Amino acid sequence: MYVAVKGGEAAIDNAHRLLAETRRGDPAVPELTVAQIREQMTLLVDRVMAEGSLYDPDLAALALKQARGDVVEAVFLVRAFRTTLPRFGASKPVDTGAMAVARRVSATFKDLPGGQVLGPTFDYTHRLIDFALAAAGTVEPAAEAEPRDDAGTCPRVTDLLAQDGLIEPSPPDDGAPVGDLTREPVDYPADRALRLQALARGDEGFVLGLGYSTQRGYGRTHPFVGEVRVGDVAVEFVPEELGFPVPLGRIRLTECQMVNQFTGSGTTPPQFTRGYGLTFGQSERKAMAMALVDRALRAAELGEPVTSPAQDQEFVLAHCDSLQATGFVEHLKLPHYVDFQAELELVRRLRAEFFRDSDSVQEAAE
Amino acid sequence: MSATAMIEPSRSEAGYNFAYLDEGTKRMIRRAILKAIAVPGYQVPFASREMPMPYGWGTGGVQVTAAVLGRADVLKVIDQGADDTTNAVSIRRFFARTSGVATTTRTTEATIIQTRHRIPETPLREGQVLVYQVPIPEPLRFLEPRETETRQLHALREYGAMHVKLYEDISRHGHIATTYAYPVEVAGRYVMDPSPTPKFDNPKMDDCPALQLFGAGRERRIYAVPPYTSVRSLDFEDHPFRVQQFDQPCALCGAEGVYLDEMLLDDAGRRMFVCSDTDHCEGRRADGHVGTGDAV
Repeated sequence: MYVAVKGGEAAIDNAHRLLAETRRGDPAVPELTVAQIREQMTLLVDRVMAEGSLYDPDLAALALKQARGDVVEAVFLVRAFRTTLPRFGASKPVDTGAMAVARRVSATFKDLPGGQVLGPTFDYTHRLIDFALAAAGTVEPAAEAEPRDDAGTCPRVTDLLAQDGLIEPSPPDDGAPVGDLTREPVDYPADRALRLQALARGDEGFVLGLGYSTQRGYGRTHPFVGEVRVGDVAVEFVPEELGFPVPLGRIRLTECQMVNQFTGSGTTPPQFTRGYGLTFGQSERKAMAMALVDRALRAAELGEPVTSPAQDQEFVLAHCDSLQATGFVEHLKLPHYVDFQAELELVRRLRAEFFRDSDSVQEAAE
Repeated sequence: MSATAMIEPSRSEAGYNFAYLDEGTKRMIRRAILKAIAVPGYQVPFASREMPMPYGWGTGGVQVTAAVLGRADVLKVIDQGADDTTNAVSIRRFFARTSGVATTTRTTEATIIQTRHRIPETPLREGQVLVYQVPIPEPLRFLEPRETETRQLHALREYGAMHVKLYEDISRHGHIATTYAYPVEVAGRYVMDPSPTPKFDNPKMDDCPALQLFGAGRERRIYAVPPYTSVRSLDFEDHPFRVQQFDQPCALCGAEGVYLDEMLLDDAGRRMFVCSDTDHCEGRRADGHVGTGDAV
């Protein structure tokens, strides 16, 4: 019997009502508040802000609630909101050297100005489930640190290395306008600023996998973590009518300065090279992976053979965005009846020809 | 370390076996270790377990240590030569909690030393076990990323690519540009990655009275250098293997011929060089040796 495939409208409405009910879960359990997500799922909120390219913890928390905790779906909601916002200008570059650090570690020097600041980290916890957390309770207040003599000064490790010329200098600000991949299509080859934009909003898992592949020989870069720092920086904006910077507020960032294999030739002295990672919020995994991939993507610029996926900017940039990726993968769920019908017709015709030919071959043999 | 950085679980460790791993897992790891000792320098695959610390933090070394640890052992854990680095503290605490064995910072008192990136300055003796944490066990990995290829190269003892790499370093830089994880040939057969120790430590591996075990958790490999085994750093007749040399002694204990850490003192370029091996440095200072305390 033929079943009508029309009448999808009511089905869609009903599916959305069911989604809302499923999202809420058991009504006997108190509903999550946006503030709870923002305060207690901070790293998840940070990831949604980073990949959503919008610094707004409340909005990211709300998106997570609406998305049933699905990161890519929450990023989608944030991006769709972001695209509606008017753009009135670009801030001054933030100064991460003046960051109020909550955490700062260097893997290249045991001690350095500003010190090693562990901050809130999982790094040295033993991953044993804490069953006490299943019950509500109070948390012991954190210890207060004694102020260091050099408190307040936390120069970047790469700046310290640059004093001796041991690392390539940061490229100077040439005043040229910086591209914006959310406003213009990417034109390959993309410059480093655009590549960093793409990586900063790229899917954490994808960038992580690519970064990891460089550590296993697919585009090796001999990385050392010069430093990873997490903390708050001031954002300043120069309104045209005023002509001087006014503070807009503070945002939390994670920055990774990777110190990589040295180059050198008959004409240039050997020195270390740089890979750079920067994300909203606290996301060391993402910032570090981004720095690895940034350095790998500089292969052509530094005269290294381009042989691996992480060094291939078209491969990386075209596939690192979780919304583009999920959109195209999941669109396979959409109806493809007419295309499939065309394929069916062809395969049937080819099979008929195949069997007709093999029959005639057999007849000839007999 | 702040009070919140080390989150202590509320349950006692009573629910876990001695040294965390179950005895079946330990037996599997011990079998891999025995095979590794029987074929020096050969990478033995083993069924590495998920551990309560991340891959890259020393899960291979921790599994090897857990498999060889006995109740009478005295454990020392170092990272970058120091007992007080964060990850060394974490791993030492892990075994103190899960096994209750005695721990020490003294190289001479330890029966098992788990290390990341250094070999102690104090010569090791018979009966000691040095457990290395290994990130990439395959010395040929950065010449050939595919495991199917590198296993064949080892089987055929085809190490030409490694020599070509070292030769290309010399032709480009005038030196062999490998400063750590410097490849060695073990017992005249397998080329082996010594883990990312500075090449300064390579000579200590040769003819060493202690048993050297290497664990790579993420890559699921164990390998070994039995006591008194030849370990030769690859080189050329006209470019013999050389170790790093420092221009000044340790600023704290005055030691020469040891590996030093560089400390940055300010953003004006002042720095100080001190022993990477903290136990060695403390021991010398206790014996009355004094450095200049000067920055350079």
